[in-house]
Amino acid sequence: MRRAWGLRTYAIIYLVFLYAPILLLPLFAFNDAAIIAFPLTGFSTRWFEQLWTTQALHQALRNSLFIASITAILATLLGTCAARAGTMPSFPGKRGALGFVMLPLVLPEIVIAVALLIVVRQVLDLNLSNWTVIAAHTVICIPFSIAILNGAFQNLDPSFEEAAMDLGETRWGAFRLVTLPLVLPGIISSLLICFIISLDDFVIAQFLTGSNPTMPVYIYGLTRFVDALPLIMALGTILVTISITLLIIAEYFRRRGVARAGFKDTGGFL
Amino acid sequence: MTALIQLRGIHKHYGDYHALRGIDLEIRQGEFFSLLGPSGCGKTTLLRTIAGFETPSSGTLMIDGKDMAAVPANHRPTNMVFQSYAIFPHLTVAENVGFGLRREPMSKDQKTKAVAEALAMVGLSGYGTRAAHALSGGQRQRVALARALILKPKVLLLDEPLSALDKKMREQMQVELIRLQRTVGITFILVTHDQEEALVMSDRIAVMFEGEIGQMADPETLYRRPNSRRVAEFIGKMNILPGQVGMEGNRIVVDVAGLGRGAVETDQAPGGVVPGNTSVGIRPETLGVLFPGETTDRRVAEGVVDEVVYYGDMTYYDVRVPGVQQPLTISMKNIIGRPVLEVGAPTRVVWDERSLVVLSR
Repeated sequence: MRRAWGLRTYAIIYLVFLYAPILLLPLFAFNDAAIIAFPLTGFSTRWFEQLWTTQALHQALRNSLFIASITAILATLLGTCAARAGTMPSFPGKRGALGFVMLPLVLPEIVIAVALLIVVRQVLDLNLSNWTVIAAHTVICIPFSIAILNGAFQNLDPSFEEAAMDLGETRWGAFRLVTLPLVLPGIISSLLICFIISLDDFVIAQFLTGSNPTMPVYIYGLTRFVDALPLIMALGTILVTISITLLIIAEYFRRRGVARAGFKDTGGFL
Repeated sequence: MTALIQLRGIHKHYGDYHALRGIDLEIRQGEFFSLLGPSGCGKTTLLRTIAGFETPSSGTLMIDGKDMAAVPANHRPTNMVFQSYAIFPHLTVAENVGFGLRREPMSKDQKTKAVAEALAMVGLSGYGTRAAHALSGGQRQRVALARALILKPKVLLLDEPLSALDKKMREQMQVELIRLQRTVGITFILVTHDQEEALVMSDRIAVMFEGEIGQMADPETLYRRPNSRRVAEFIGKMNILPGQVGMEGNRIVVDVAGLGRGAVETDQAPGGVVPGNTSVGIRPETLGVLFPGETTDRRVAEGVVDEVVYYGDMTYYDVRVPGVQQPLTISMKNIIGRPVLEVGAPTRVVWDERSLVVLSR
């Protein structure tokens, strides 16, 4: 009993430590004062109204959404190919290849960012733009995409595609009619997770963004102005809400995929 | 009439592993043919070769007079019931069964009718709208059968289709499969490791060991006249005793250690005769135990009951006979008035020359 009590306390402290700072976001976002400090002075939505009228912010948001969308599609496409390859019986260098594509997961983002910056500016001599950010984000998102899709693909009975071909379908037809619908929840889940990762990333965007900053880079720029702090709080509140919502949707699709195919649930993000 | 399926010198290599070592096989139209063997003998590889999922390293495969070398799985006149059944979990039962009709030039009504007929054939009428993943093992099996048969293939391939079912269900499905095969008249090729299943269901059986066919025959010949020791040991129970075999004129003479000499017919040496030391096989039911008060004009050897296994309808005795290397396994029907002997009881073993199978290989 004592041990259970100790663990419970630990769990509570852990959760408070994780989420208390985030709870401060909406608290000050709706506070009617330009200074971030207690006591609260009253309820106001004026910071949100101010967000509504800040043009630079809208441009940053559009950039971020564009980058995140393209990144999610590219990373999921490549991740699907890699996960599909992972289900092949065996081919030379399979383990090595799959290990290598997972590597960006453990590399520090700043290392990737600097390396890519050098490649883009010194080697390829390209201008920084949204596309350079997309390329970098795709690299860091692929491992996540593979991790999600691996689960979806490995749960599949290898006989499914053979059965479809046996019944007259071509290889592509078998994939489209049987494999794809069964891994579709995994694909949606991967799209959403990659979208969030790209949307949230600061380090890589800071290095590789062109003249138009992404949302996190724009927010970082705002922190230099003390009177913009409540504005950041309001923006943060919106972003956290979106992120959590997307994550829940992603997990819902992942679980539905597992249930639909009648498999045992192993792992997941929520 | 030529065979529906012809295999000539089929070899399959996986790197250094030689999975199929020269398979020659002919299967007739309408036959229920089984590939029987222990796991790893190549029977599934052979089935998948016929289906088109494996490409043979050498040799030719003809189905209905056409060389299949350049024909991919989706264009072969074969359909398969997979070991896992591979029922598509995201589709309903009807969508699963009708999957093969996608590319058929039929109207929607015709397709619906064909699906209903296929479901009725396997006893699943009215199950069409059910979700596939909610079915029991036996139902999945039936859906897999209906799905494979709806295209009216020339050959139905069955990869261990009953291994996932419990004993009662399995026996029921065996009978249903035989009946189904007779109704549709399609050639069935069954892969199984269960010798009893193969004996019950097949017109002919090929017993495979290590990528080769050990013997190919109808069930009775296979059981009564195995051509080698490994076939004899794989199918049913068999007492295998050391002996001497030789020719005396046109007659085959066998001397079984501990039992005695006797002359046998040529068909009792299906694998041929190599004079000298040999193995002799005796099925448990071709021996007998002489109960107190019974007499016989067959040959008799004195022994002691070593083990009794009671099965209800049958009793299996292991009887130790002086001079015979190991106890003889004898099966006796438990008919009225016949006692079940106890361990240690002295008894007499009845045998004669007709019991013997010479296993030179």
